[in-house]
Amino acid sequence: MSTQVKFVQGNEACVEAALYAGLDFFAGYPITPSTEIAELLSRRLPMAGGKFIQMEDELASICAIIGASLTGHKVMTATSGPGFSLMQEALGYAIMAEIPCVIVDVQRGGPSTGIPTHGSQGDIMQARWGTHGDHAIIALTASNHQDVFAMTIEAFNMAETYRTPVILLFDEIVGHMREKLVLPEPGEMPLVERLRTSVQGGVNYHPYLPREDGRLPMSDFGGVHRYNVTGLYHDMWGFPSADPGVAHGLIRHLVDKIENRTNQLARYKEYFLEDAEIVMVSYGSAARSALHVVKNRRNRGERLGLLELQTLWPFPRDIVREKCAQAEAVLVVELNMGQVMQEVKKALDHPEKVFLANRIDGVFITPTDIRKILRLIQGKGV
Amino acid sequence: MALKDYLRQRFFPHMWCPGCGHGTVLNSLLRAVEQLGLSKNEIVMASGIGCSSRISGYVDFHTLHTLHGRALAFATGVKLSQPELNVIVPMGDGDALAIGGNHFIHACRRNIDITAIVMNNRIYGMTGGQFSPMSGVGINATTAPFQNIDRDFDVVKMATAAGATFVARSTTYHAQQAADLIKQAILHEGFSVVEILSQCPTHFGRKNKQGAAADMMERYKDITVPVGSKKKAENPDLIERGIFVQEEAPEYCREYDKIIAKAMKG
Ligand SMILES: Cc1ncc(C[n+]2csc(CCOP(=O)(O)OP(=O)(O)O)c2C)c(N)n1
Ligand code: SF4
Repeated sequence: MSTQVKFVQGNEACVEAALYAGLDFFAGYPITPSTEIAELLSRRLPMAGGKFIQMEDELASICAIIGASLTGHKVMTATSGPGFSLMQEALGYAIMAEIPCVIVDVQRGGPSTGIPTHGSQGDIMQARWGTHGDHAIIALTASNHQDVFAMTIEAFNMAETYRTPVILLFDEIVGHMREKLVLPEPGEMPLVERLRTSVQGGVNYHPYLPREDGRLPMSDFGGVHRYNVTGLYHDMWGFPSADPGVAHGLIRHLVDKIENRTNQLARYKEYFLEDAEIVMVSYGSAARSALHVVKNRRNRGERLGLLELQTLWPFPRDIVREKCAQAEAVLVVELNMGQVMQEVKKALDHPEKVFLANRIDGVFITPTDIRKILRLIQGKGV
Repeated sequence: MALKDYLRQRFFPHMWCPGCGHGTVLNSLLRAVEQLGLSKNEIVMASGIGCSSRISGYVDFHTLHTLHGRALAFATGVKLSQPELNVIVPMGDGDALAIGGNHFIHACRRNIDITAIVMNNRIYGMTGGQFSPMSGVGINATTAPFQNIDRDFDVVKMATAAGATFVARSTTYHAQQAADLIKQAILHEGFSVVEILSQCPTHFGRKNKQGAAADMMERYKDITVPVGSKKKAENPDLIERGIFVQEEAPEYCREYDKIIAKAMKG
């Protein structure tokens, strides 16, 4: 078998990975810079016997994929900031009702319509706290197409494993940039399939009763088990309940199933961290420039390193803490006003050693931009 | 199967006020399902939020109690992903036509094989009696203390204009007819809308001096006539009951199957 190499946009890498992971239902509404995902899937899904539907808006899109997930399908929607804002109520529903689904947000500048055709990483906190109420969320990102592929597969796997929505937070730059993508052979990357209940028809099935390992086997709508799904606080049957004990147990379960696995869910890459005096922490497209600077400086003997985050939520605080422990300075590189920097500060014993290199003007952060901040940190003046 | 076999006993007592019309709609719906001999496993009921939407909890089908206004969007995902399922969506008038109005017209337009039942009590029951898009001018509501100036619209006309291929109306007074219309709506291949006037004595009735539940139902008898009746010509204020639209048109899921066949041929 010959390995297939493609030269594609990041959005297409996401599509390839979603299909590889077994996506067979997509609902969406066009929005720059994510539209290519919908366009490609409108062709590719029916070719593989799957289904694509263009809904009337993003509210409907996320609701439709939740409905399709319940009948046993692997589902996804894709959008950008304004659409992601519209999806927040239903995102909370998927969290509450524990429905596996993948939501791609190819970030552009905001708030509001902002700057549709330019990159940003401004939705990090919206992914975390956009929907109301206490909850936990998984959000992944990537800086290059091979990693877009890998993280998309991870997103589907985590969604199925933990019965939860997973957000893929890409950015316009990665989404639209073209580069090489090596497609893995079928079977090469592990896929998690839906865990279905082994309870026979006619026997009580509890859709919200976790097994010993914490997982909740599902039963497809249309199958032998009829049960209720609701966004209200509910018991193990899925029946609404106002019992304080049930409510407490439910919210703890929803949060703990993710937050207690923070280290297990952490995906990251590290470059030259062993002896780094200055550690950069970055992710998505910004990490490309950060890596460029780190490599250059290493050639000149300067002890710089890079921690590239791929899991943004739950925030991998132990890992950040460990990797930055020896650093004299930590420089967070991102395309927003410090959304991840605040998390890094919270994770470290010495938040005063954390600095920010950023851009919020829709322009991609360059190595030169980062070098300017480095000079300041290193006391070399402007 | 007896009607009670379609109910989830654990869910009772129900949350509706005494005299609420929504229980009568539930009864008509179950009669329809029973008469059609449908298996409980092949029915998915999706609903939004409201007193009416609580219907989904009480029935022993696959039930999806969702978000205010969004039930049809969820239902579209269920139906398109698994077209052999029968998908029924009970909705309140606010749920269907205010917050969910956009989903409503687009579901009509797509002609996807879903049965929508609009339980029209002309008020927001669950939140305590605010006016809805169906209340109409001159109605009293908690958010219209000086009487409502918001004009209402006609569900039947709107569903028809938006492309629904089965459109009907009845009332809780005419529960037999309602059951029969729901039955035909389920059988119809395409998007069907059945509007059922359903009394909310607690809020609409009290605020608008329409008396108790029984009086409100009697009123449905007085203010409605069968479709095409001569009385309507004489008195345009009368509301027609019956089937307004029943036509065959390409159904969305079937059309999508053709897309798959086309795409697979390459
Ligand atoms: C997004 C959102 N907005 C508002 C509400 C509050 N709310 C719940 S039910 C309802 C109206 C219910 O009226 P209707 O749909 O006519 O159904 P009824 O209760 O009269 O049967 C409203 C406004 C909500 N649950 N969600
Ligand atoms: S408030 Fe009105 S609609 Fe709600 S249950 Fe009571 S009578 Fe029915």
